[in-house]
Amino acid sequence: MQRIGVFVCWCGSNIAGTVDVKAVAEALKSEPGVVYSTDYQYMCSQAGQDLIVQAVKDNNLTGLVICSCSPRMHEATFRKTAATAGLNPYMVEIANIREQCSWVHKEMPIGTEKAIILGKAAVAKVNLNTPLTPGESPVTKRALVIGGGIAGIQTALDIADAGFPVDIVETKPTIGGKMAQLDKTFPTLDCAACILTPKMVDVAQHEKIRIFSYSEVAEVKGFVGNFDVTIKKKARFVDETKCTGCGDCVDKCPMKKNPNEFNMGMDNRPAIYIPFAQAVPKVATIDAGACTMLKKGKCGLCSKVCGAGAIDYTQKDEFISEKYGAIVVATGFNVISMDKFDEYAYNQSKDVITSLEFERLTNAAGPTAGKLLRPSDGKHPHKIVFVQCVGSRCENCAEKGKEYCSKICCMYTAKHAMLTRDKYPDTDVTVFYIDVRTPGKNFDEFYRRAVEEFGVKYVKGMVGKIVPEGEVLKVQASDLINNKQMHIDADLVVLAAAIEPDKSARPLATMLTASMDTNDFFTEAHPKLRPVESPTAGVFLSGACQGPKDIPETVSQAGAAASKVIGLLCKDKLLGNPCIAGSNELMCNGCSSCERVCPYGAITYLDKEFRMPDRTTKIRRVASVNPAVCQGCGACTVACPSGAMDLRGFANDQIMAEVDAICK
Amino acid sequence: MNKKDLLREEIIRRSGVNPKKCMKCGKCSGTCPAYEEMEFHPHQFASMIDSGDIEPLIASESVYKCLSCFACVERCPRGVEPAKLIEAVRLSVIREKGANRMTANDVPAMVDEETPQQLLVSAFRKYTK
Amino acid sequence: MQVKEYKPLIVAFCCNWCSYAGADLAGNNRLNYPADVKIIRVPCSCRVNPMFILRAFQRGADGVILCGCHPGDCHYTSGNYYTRRRMAMLFSMLDYLGIERERTRVEWVSAAEGAKFAATMNEFVEAVSALGENKRLEDLRCKR
Repeated sequence: MQRIGVFVCWCGSNIAGTVDVKAVAEALKSEPGVVYSTDYQYMCSQAGQDLIVQAVKDNNLTGLVICSCSPRMHEATFRKTAATAGLNPYMVEIANIREQCSWVHKEMPIGTEKAIILGKAAVAKVNLNTPLTPGESPVTKRALVIGGGIAGIQTALDIADAGFPVDIVETKPTIGGKMAQLDKTFPTLDCAACILTPKMVDVAQHEKIRIFSYSEVAEVKGFVGNFDVTIKKKARFVDETKCTGCGDCVDKCPMKKNPNEFNMGMDNRPAIYIPFAQAVPKVATIDAGACTMLKKGKCGLCSKVCGAGAIDYTQKDEFISEKYGAIVVATGFNVISMDKFDEYAYNQSKDVITSLEFERLTNAAGPTAGKLLRPSDGKHPHKIVFVQCVGSRCENCAEKGKEYCSKICCMYTAKHAMLTRDKYPDTDVTVFYIDVRTPGKNFDEFYRRAVEEFGVKYVKGMVGKIVPEGEVLKVQASDLINNKQMHIDADLVVLAAAIEPDKSARPLATMLTASMDTNDFFTEAHPKLRPVESPTAGVFLSGACQGPKDIPETVSQAGAAASKVIGLLCKDKLLGNPCIAGSNELMCNGCSSCERVCPYGAITYLDKEFRMPDRTTKIRRVASVNPAVCQGCGACTVACPSGAMDLRGFANDQIMAEVDAICK
Repeated sequence: MNKKDLLREEIIRRSGVNPKKCMKCGKCSGTCPAYEEMEFHPHQFASMIDSGDIEPLIASESVYKCLSCFACVERCPRGVEPAKLIEAVRLSVIREKGANRMTANDVPAMVDEETPQQLLVSAFRKYTK
Repeated sequence: MQVKEYKPLIVAFCCNWCSYAGADLAGNNRLNYPADVKIIRVPCSCRVNPMFILRAFQRGADGVILCGCHPGDCHYTSGNYYTRRRMAMLFSMLDYLGIERERTRVEWVSAAEGAKFAATMNEFVEAVSALGENKRLEDLRCKR
């Protein structure tokens, strides 16, 4: 049986003005378990707290009920007081008789009556309180960044600069991501490579950063502070430690006709390749599907020319296990497939291209060395049509496009149109748009400059269809402002294709038990207040894997994610919230109902041995809650059909006792 | 330069307006008191002049329906001044020989007790070379 | 004979992050609502077991209201969605048992909506008062 002390606070006249505090203290004295009851002017003051400590000592109290202001105000204060008095801090309950009683009611008898009932409910709850101790877990001081685009690079650099080791896992043979493919960046028009490649070099040279390129995350186990990750290093058939990146093998390789992914398939690369000149790590990779040596065992030219002896046709996939304290997801985005947009004739004409292909066409390191030439005949286009929102904001075409706005297209289209007019003033450039969205610093000014200074024609309305006819593309569109249909004979059409999360994100989310929205973007822990954290503790989000983002936004989110990781890795051990769920293994029947509703993936199942009444043993599957991951929402307690799952601090019997005390 | 572009340049020069500044918000047409009377509305003047599509504007009655109240000029967030564009198109019409909208002969029929003199004077000024 | 004024008994479950804070704000702004409402704090609206609500009715509560964060704003990301579904089921069952729909309610109240909290309580108490005492589920065994 508990020995409960009740302390009724006057809060000056804030409570005492509408609640007869003495009557409350008196009424609660006769409640079960209550052995001491008093009132005081300011319980939260030092004198008030001393009074509590003294009363605990004098009366051997085991539980405290404080009738005062909201627990959101002073629960932490009185828990500390309890600890000072030698009690478990979780043996304190607060009856909120200020915000939810004296301040909202005007008449003394009514206020007093309600305060007594609230006090009784708190007493009923404390009677069932048990001492709780927060769980502790150690923190592995190493971070994993999944994805080596600008988001991953920035996050890794920021974490490493704070002194913590970081590993980057990148599926491609090089880091750099989409930004490495871009030509110029809005709104300042500095070249992407000029600002990105120095960062890539920083990553390569940073003593705290390891790069696992051409690798994937194969398995994730564990929880915040203690993740066990298996990384699959795909065989690239080149020894990374020996390869000098000289490129001799690339020149000699006879299998030259493979679509070059880096140039969006607009030119070819050999079977052994280095994606681009500034690749990090600058190491060759053999495309196993294209190499005759690997397919048929004939050739071996690259091995012969390699002065470093780095070629190794027998290389196998390698699995590396490592422990991490925090994981940052930076898997980025891709352009959606244009295959289903027949109206834009993407598959019928080489001269209908996506914006990312356009980036490569204008990039000095691209297939045309930066000259804007039509992919079909290599001629300079004189009439270019840009179509915005291709596949974005598509509500009824889920199989084709995406419901959301891809956010970056308005700006890069303005950039493409502006740069085209700047470099080739004889080109006629028309942009078809639904809305022009430019909500960034210096963004609208940029777009207006494209229109006013560079003479780009913006037409409000969408392109309805494109038909290739001879050398031209017949573009049929609507001009909503002038209320007419337009017909343009274009030489080149550029589609601002919607972007979508990388395909690797969905299986990764499953491994991390991080939640995703219906579009496969990772969900943040709170859309406003915790934008870079995943609801799963220890998993953080950086860049476009969380939603469409431009470079400035990605970099700032990367920095934010890094600071959250640093904050976590700084700690030697993590203190959990003790008010978490726990399952009564004797009652649990292993049905998985709780696991399905848990938003954090905190519940796993164990096969446990139980002694049966007849002295035999039986192995049963029971739920087990990971205290480091559980956040204590209680969803599982209600889902549990057998009533095995309960929430500490807000237990079923505690809340039931409160209900009983109120309904008397 | 073809005839179409010449006309466009001429109207832009005469009005002193840069129609490229228009961001197609439609506030001019939203505020226009003569909107219901017009075939082409103020925002369309800006847009059509910019694209060189001026013939339909010249042929339209809309140029006379504009009251020159300058509400559009006052409210345009980007200082495009559509009324000046409409005025410039109207001038292109009435500068052609015999294209006056009003002649001195029309005036006596319009005079009555209710109509202020000032109205007739300004209409005469506006619709004649 | 003097008739004792009827006072309904109303139990309100408020989630710690939004609605309980909203109720506190109503207090901070001194917005009145009837003292018949007694608030029980839960971490999330999804912690409310239908059992608690049944128990309240068994013990003679006249109305039960559940307050949580607005959809999409749940501190635990999805708890209020569970609440919404569970309560839709429970309330329709209670309706079948004769507990009128007006006696049960789920309401989204954010931490900034003190005024909404007070208004909701005023309205709810009025609606329940109009129905009068609830005897349908009352179980004397539970009343000791």
